[in-house]
Order: sequence, then structure tokens, then C-alpha cells
Amino acid sequence: MSADPAQDAGAAGAASEDEAIRVENLHKSFGQLEVLKGVSLVAHKGDVVAIIGGSGSGKSTFLRCVNFLETPSSGRIVIGGEDIAMRPDGTPVSRKQIEKARTRLGMVFQAFNLWTHRTLLENVIEVPVHVLGVPKAEAIVRAEKLLARVGLSAKADTFPAFLSGGQQQRAAIARALAIEPSVMLFDEPTSALDPELVGEVLSVIRDLAAEGRTMLLVTHEMKFAREVATHVIYLHNGVIEEEGPPETVFGAPRSDRLKQFLKSVA
Amino acid sequence: MGGLVEALGLTSTFELLALSPPGWGGNLLRGLANSLQIAFGAFGFGLLIGLFGAYGKLYGGPILRDLLAIYTTVVRAVPELVLILILYYVGTDLINKLVMGFGGERVEISGVVAGIWVLGVVQGAYATEILRGAILAVPPGQIEAARAFGMPPLMLMRRVTIPAMMSFAIPGLANLWLIATKDTALLAIVGFNELTLETKQAASSTRAYFTFFLAAGGLYLTVTLLSGRVFKRVEAWARKGQPSLRQAKS
Repeated sequence: MSADPAQDAGAAGAASEDEAIRVENLHKSFGQLEVLKGVSLVAHKGDVVAIIGGSGSGKSTFLRCVNFLETPSSGRIVIGGEDIAMRPDGTPVSRKQIEKARTRLGMVFQAFNLWTHRTLLENVIEVPVHVLGVPKAEAIVRAEKLLARVGLSAKADTFPAFLSGGQQQRAAIARALAIEPSVMLFDEPTSALDPELVGEVLSVIRDLAAEGRTMLLVTHEMKFAREVATHVIYLHNGVIEEEGPPETVFGAPRSDRLKQFLKSVA
Repeated sequence: MGGLVEALGLTSTFELLALSPPGWGGNLLRGLANSLQIAFGAFGFGLLIGLFGAYGKLYGGPILRDLLAIYTTVVRAVPELVLILILYYVGTDLINKLVMGFGGERVEISGVVAGIWVLGVVQGAYATEILRGAILAVPPGQIEAARAFGMPPLMLMRRVTIPAMMSFAIPGLANLWLIATKDTALLAIVGFNELTLETKQAASSTRAYFTFFLAAGGLYLTVTLLSGRVFKRVEAWARKGQPSLRQAKS
């Protein structure tokens, strides 16, 4: 893992085989407010990159720029070796290209965002059937397996509104897995949950990490980040203040800001 | 039954309302059929305009948004009767000028088509606002989730936005439908044989005003009651997946 593009200077442009996501010098402004001031990251297959930082540090914005839910102001984004062509103002040149890239990124939201007019099973098969063209019968078989995996077999025909937050989030993870993504994106997946429900969601994510899935994980759960991440990025005011393997970032932080941050969330 | 009718002195009433001449019941029912035909057409046409209007107002460019604002403002500001007169006469006149300009014969515009077009334009303005509000009520996260999984815009509209907004739109649309059924009566002014005009003709030929207008009122009421039942089912379907308020309270 090397999240510093300078170390990858030789590889820049010619993405290496096992590179899942490369982000270079990402900037994002909302009007006058510059939220991201040149953030770079490279995730190889199997990496679990945890992105931590205080509120307003830009960590969620960064994740949302990766799949263009927010339009970056400038920078370079390569997904699975495919450079997403951007205009000078950051908007993607081709809607088709970004739509295709998005089907490789399984996004899990803080607020679950399940489709409330569809049952859990329908939520899980929706994208495979309608976007990816998987035959419905096959999609259902796969969806049932995924729901079983997150412990929701019995709730397949239930609508999201009748489930707890933890159950909804586990279903949302199953929905993201159903597209067989090359990278999972987690945007504060446990922040909207009651404390007693956090564990069940984290254990699902832990299993995914253990099976070697590539993941970008924006989180407030420091203990969890330390446990599952292969690389940790600490964002502060839109720049990477410090990064490295979890033992170093959490065990021997160098910057004062990070020290203070870790103390405040401990 | 027959004895009761006679005892109440309703024999002549029933003769007047008989389905075949000399009774006028058949005329009333034909009028009702015409009214419903126009109401259906206008409601459907209005929904179509409303869907485009709502999307245009929400996602369109500045020019489209301004045009739609003018459309909804003007149509909702001018009394419907005036609008019907304007749209009907201007519409038929324009079409005739156009046809004759191309060297054609003067055409007779079918009353049904004209009625659907006129009421549809009126309904469209209201539907635009109802659907715009309903789309805005859809939790943005659900639309965002669809985008995040690579759903193209039209599919997103069909698979996510429209089903999700239905429950917010149905009560307003049910109102709009009932208004459509009754607005058909306004078409009497341009001489279209819908229920109200048929009733008036029957009443003035027989001098039995009370009988016929009461009968027409009964027909309108029947339509309303049946519509209520249909919309109740549609609403239950559109709200699937949402806990009912009664359940939530207990």
C-alpha cells in the first residue's frame, strides 16, 4: 500500500494491474469554501483504507467525489484502471462512463437510503436486474444468499420501514454487494445507528475485510478502523495531515492535530 | 315496487327517466359517457403535461423554467370558463387556419378531442404543481442511492422517483380527477353534449327541471363515490412499504 502518489511516480499514468482506485490531487470547492485541497490516494486490491477526521474535515466529501456523487473541482480519478475523463471544471465528460464506473463501486450510506417502496429482496435485485441485466431468477438466488450472509433471510419480503437501523444497514450492504463491486465505499455506515446496533453492522464489515475485499471506509469508529484497516488516512481541513499503517497512525501519531483528535474521540 | 312507485306518484318521473324514448334516461347516460370520456382523457393528458412540467420546473434550464412558470401561473389565474372559451375557439380557429393555409377544407373539430385538449391543458397546470411537490418530498437519499449504483436518469425516474413519489401525489391527484369530472360540465358552454347539457335539454323539453337535475346530481355523486373507492385502493398500493399512521400511534 502506498497512498502517497509521489512514491508511485513511476507508475503514474500506467496503472498497475492490482490497482483498484487511484485518486490524484483531488480538489473540491463549494462556492468560496474549499473542502478538499489536493487529496491523493491509491488503493490496491484487498486494501482496506480507513479515512478518519473531525467533522468538516472533508472525509465524506472525498468519498462522494470518488463516485462523482459530488462533482470534483479538479483532480484525477482512476477506477479499476479506467481514467474517468473530466472536463476542466471537474464534471465527467461521459455520463455513460461514470455510470459504468459506478456499477463497480458498492456504496453504503450513513442513512442507509434503501428504496422504501421495495422489499429487502427487491432492493437487492434492483440494480443487478435493471442496470446490469442479470436474469431475474439468477439475481434472486444471489440476493437470497447475500441476505442470508448479513443475517436477514427471514426479512427478505419485509419493507425497510419495518426494520431497525442495523437491519436496514445490513440490507444496504447486501444491496451494495449484489453488484459484485470491485471496491466497497462506506460513508460513516454506523453513524446513524443506536449504539447497541453498531456491533452487528461492524461485524458484517469485518467479515468483508477478512475475505480480502477492497474498501474505502469513512468512519468515526477508531477502534474498528485500527482493527480492520490496512492503511489509515487522517484528513484535516481538506488535506491529508497524516497517514500510514494503523499501528503507526493510532499507536505513534506524529502530528499534534492527530494526537489531539485521537484524544478527543477516545 | 310498482305499487310503491304509484302510491308515491312517481309514475311520471320513471317514465321521464326511462332509458328508451320517450324517456330521457338514455340521453343522460350518453351524456355521462361523454363526460367520463373527456374526464379520463383530460386527466391522462394533464398527468402527462404535469410530469413533464414538474421535471422541467425542477431540472430544466432557466428558459424552460420561466415558460413553465408562465404556463402554470396563467392557467391557474384565469377562470376555467374563460380559459375553455379561449382555448376552444382559439384552438379550433388556429387548426382551421392551418388546415386551410395548406389548402385543405374547413374541418369540424370533434367535441371529445377539443374537450380533452382544453381540460387537459387546465389539468396539466395543476398536475405540474402536485407532481413537483411530490417529487420534492421523495427522500433525496433514495435518488442518490440509485445514482450511486449507476442508474441512468430515465430508469431512475421510472424505477425510483415515480414509485416513491406516488404516495405523496395520490391525494392531490384524486382531487384533480374529481375536478376533471365536474369541469366537463363547463364544456356545455361550447355546445358539447356532456351530461349537464343533456340534462338541460331534457329538462327544458319536459319542464321537469327538478327531476332531471336531481338525476344528474345522482350520477355525478355516483361517479365521485366510485372514484373514491378506486383511489383508496390506488393509495393503499402507492403507500406499500410505509407504516400506517394508525399503527404508529398505538
